[in-house]
Amino acid sequence: MEKIWEGLTQAAMLIVGFDPDLMEITLLSLRVTITATLIASAIGLPLGAWLVVNRFRFRRVVIAIINALMGLPPVVVGLFVYVLLSRSGPFGVLGLLFTPTAMIIAQVIIITPIIVSISHQAIRELWADYHDLLISLNATRRQRIATLIVDGRRALLTASLAGFGRAIGEVGAIMIVGGNIDHATRVLTTAIALETGKGEFGMALALGFILIGLAIIVNLGVHMLSRTERGSRW
Amino acid sequence: MVTPLLPLKMEAVSVRRGGKTILGPITLQLADEGISILLGPNGSGKTTLLKTMHGVERPNTGTLHWNVAAEDARLRQAFVFQSPTILRRSVLDNISYPLTLRGVKRAEARARAEAFAARVGLSKVLDQHGMVLSGGEKQKLALARALILEPDLLFLDEPCANLDGRATRDIEEILLAVRSEGTRIVISTHDLGQARRLGDDIWFLHAGQIKETTPKDQFFSEPHSETARSYLRGDLLP
Ligand SMILES: Nc1ncnc2c1ncn2[C@@H]1O[C@H](COP(=O)(O)OP(=O)(O)OP(=O)(O)O)[C@@H](O)[C@H]1O
Ligand SMILES: [Mg+2]
Repeated sequence: MEKIWEGLTQAAMLIVGFDPDLMEITLLSLRVTITATLIASAIGLPLGAWLVVNRFRFRRVVIAIINALMGLPPVVVGLFVYVLLSRSGPFGVLGLLFTPTAMIIAQVIIITPIIVSISHQAIRELWADYHDLLISLNATRRQRIATLIVDGRRALLTASLAGFGRAIGEVGAIMIVGGNIDHATRVLTTAIALETGKGEFGMALALGFILIGLAIIVNLGVHMLSRTERGSRW
Repeated sequence: MVTPLLPLKMEAVSVRRGGKTILGPITLQLADEGISILLGPNGSGKTTLLKTMHGVERPNTGTLHWNVAAEDARLRQAFVFQSPTILRRSVLDNISYPLTLRGVKRAEARARAEAFAARVGLSKVLDQHGMVLSGGEKQKLALARALILEPDLLFLDEPCANLDGRATRDIEEILLAVRSEGTRIVISTHDLGQARRLGDDIWFLHAGQIKETTPKDQFFSEPHSETARSYLRGDLLP
């Protein structure tokens, strides 16, 4: 109990004091995860809709695989990306290992299946409702997907937020591919791991509270943005 | 001069779902004028027949032949579904949607949607979200969204099922006007009064079969089939 209290006060002091290290770590966390979420959404949301609208032979298999990928252990993803990006790996020449870009790549791989899966679920319900109308109106495949994405945007936002939540709290993969280098690739989660290892529970807890706070603020912010939209009951 | 869409020739068309034949085999020719009314008890296959003609249901046997290429045929038809599908958009955007799909500029599409909304009496709710409309308003929306395509052939599946007397009259007036502008109309209904008011001929459906297609006056005075006779008497059909 005392530890938590200590963590809270330390967190408050660090935040109020705009601690430069803390700011840097927090901003990098946000930059990496927001970028990863945007990229994963750009891939995952249309793919989720595409999987609903297209009937092809191995569709069920593809969906099953994506659902399985959701449970992929992040450490394994980290290892996989590490091997690809390491100097002797196929993408070694790019020199991306231990950079924020490597962390973004790992996070994109981790959260894209989540975003595909959740958006697929949501779009499927909408498609069941829209199906006859869109066929009747001769909507092309692209138009069908676009309509489903636009009209299902609230549910899709939830899918993206789920991806964001998973990515911002992820530690295993980005520890491996980022290396937790001070002033370069240190983010909230890897810093927490480090402080905990050092026995600096106060600092670790402070970082933890900031992490939780960030997740809440982002969710509330998006929620409020989408509420100001007209006809928000739907 | 554009090639006329009709006649439509259906040959031995049947639909199987869930292991049983729910429609047909049906052979019929849809000639190019007037209003045909589809009558028949619940589950007799009215919706299935309309959707199959329109092409949103695929028949398991038989063929449909339009007077134009099949790809062009659907572009010249519109369908008002039994339970109207409402897009998660404003009323105006719902009505203009078919036009935007066809590449009409947004401003023009909205202007035309306003005109059609006025025609079905939805001017007051243009900016509301479609999902909050009442059941009757939703049906009017679906009608406006179908009319905006100015189709040569219009299918309506129980379009007045949720409407009050006044709204039903308004819509019947619209349909008669649309018919006189040359649109071919096929309507299913359970409202015998409506069948009398609008119909040129009546198709009577029972258990997936067309029992008869008869000119209206004759259908109501002296239908050919025994099943139609007992349906008009109000008997429960087997
Ligand atoms: N996908 C399906 N699988 C199995 N049976 C089906 C399917 N679709 C329709 N049916 C059956 O086909 C029959 C005809 O249905 P349809 O909707 O065409 O009737 P309807 O004449 O429009 O009835 P209503 O007046 O109630 O609207 C019904 O008995 C229905 O249960
Ligand atoms: Mg029906």
